[in-house]
Amino acid sequence: MDYQPPPFFNRGPAPLVRLGFFISLAFLLMVLDARFRYAESIRQAVALLAYPMQWAVLAPVELVSASADFFTTQVALKRDNDALKSKQLQDAKDLLTLEALRAENAQLRRLHEARERLPRSSTLAEILYTGRDPFSRKIVIDKGRQQDIQEGQAVIDDVGVIGQVTRVYPLLAEVTLITDKEQRIPVEVVRNGLRAVVYGGGAAGTLDLSYTAANADVQADDLLVTSGIDGTYPPGLPVARVSRIERDAAYAFAKITCVPTSGTEQNKQVLVLSREVNLPPPPVEAETAVKSGKQKRPRKPE
Amino acid sequence: MRFDDRPQRILLPANVGFMVLSLALALLFNLLPWRDVSGLPDMAALVLTFWCVHQPRKIGIGAAWMLGLIMDAANGALLGQHAFAYSVLAFAALGLHRRILWFSPWRQAAHVLPLLLGCQVLMLGVRMIAGGMFPGLPYFAGSLIAAALWPTATFLLLLPQRRPESVDENRPI
Repeated sequence: MDYQPPPFFNRGPAPLVRLGFFISLAFLLMVLDARFRYAESIRQAVALLAYPMQWAVLAPVELVSASADFFTTQVALKRDNDALKSKQLQDAKDLLTLEALRAENAQLRRLHEARERLPRSSTLAEILYTGRDPFSRKIVIDKGRQQDIQEGQAVIDDVGVIGQVTRVYPLLAEVTLITDKEQRIPVEVVRNGLRAVVYGGGAAGTLDLSYTAANADVQADDLLVTSGIDGTYPPGLPVARVSRIERDAAYAFAKITCVPTSGTEQNKQVLVLSREVNLPPPPVEAETAVKSGKQKRPRKPE
Repeated sequence: MRFDDRPQRILLPANVGFMVLSLALALLFNLLPWRDVSGLPDMAALVLTFWCVHQPRKIGIGAAWMLGLIMDAANGALLGQHAFAYSVLAFAALGLHRRILWFSPWRQAAHVLPLLLGCQVLMLGVRMIAGGMFPGLPYFAGSLIAAALWPTATFLLLLPQRRPESVDENRPI
């Protein structure tokens, strides 16, 4: 005779078995997300569940900040206005020369039969909050898929590049800052046109100019701007300034630390630039070489 | 026998709707647009631990996993990171639930603190392997604050179960 416990004692699989099952499920998701980026559809579906919550949480906060703006004192407004007027006067001179320079530049480009760069459209966005993930450097802005924000777009403020859109939600978008450990930007040194790639420094809030030869012509206080080679960032945007260089004969590469020019931590308004669409296809040799070579782990979109 | 001398109340059965509501409110707290997230108590983890200790028959590792998945998707964290840590947290809390309830609220908090810290250490480990950066020691302050909130959470979350079933002037519960 088979001894079965009464059904009200039956509590399903043992806790350890359940734990094992759910841990392996979680690990599967983590590997899918971190290595292969297949999990985006799952994330979007679950995010849909959390979306009403996000909305419910954001609405009162926006109301408070809006009413705080309303009660800005008139003195502050007057002071800002005066400062802006004097700033505008200072800038007017530069703007006038800029027009002339732009026309001259366009003419020279035509002379060189260079492809004219189309002016990119841009969207003004406001930073809602810093990302809730303490392990990465991200911010969340108040424009999303409904405002045609797409993944991979560059984000700048008034003084330089601050990051790149890495994830888009219906009403929000997540921007990975250039100081994030996983973020890279192709740059060039303004002084001599030397090309390099800048890596995020992580917690320190700095950037590293990695894999630059130890004897490369980089000096302290050099300005690094985007080179525009990848087609994601328009060329000539300030990224960082070299702050410290350590050249050690034991290593093939110099250790160069840079400080971002933009206020990656303090600005409220940012500009999201649209991507350039008319890039020529990459050369054929390069593509076949990549295909025949060993399959590398997929990189983040840059 | 309890270590404190206060009278022990007979509680009403817990309402599953209230449990879901409290977890949703804790999730809302976590999703508030905080300026600085280091040192923020993880309310969802705290409420999850509470229900695992008090109602182990009504909540389990599966629910913890689902809650973690929602946290991941809404947070922009690595998908599965919170799901993994919350599953382990729920397992540990379920294993300890018979022991914890014998103690007074502050001693219960001392039991909960290592659970919450362990949960954070697991997430830290997973993210360091996946290439994240070390968020600094203030990150762990969140667990200390959450554990300090345990007695308050106990009081608030048990309130609905302390209602008298029928109001009786002569027999207040």
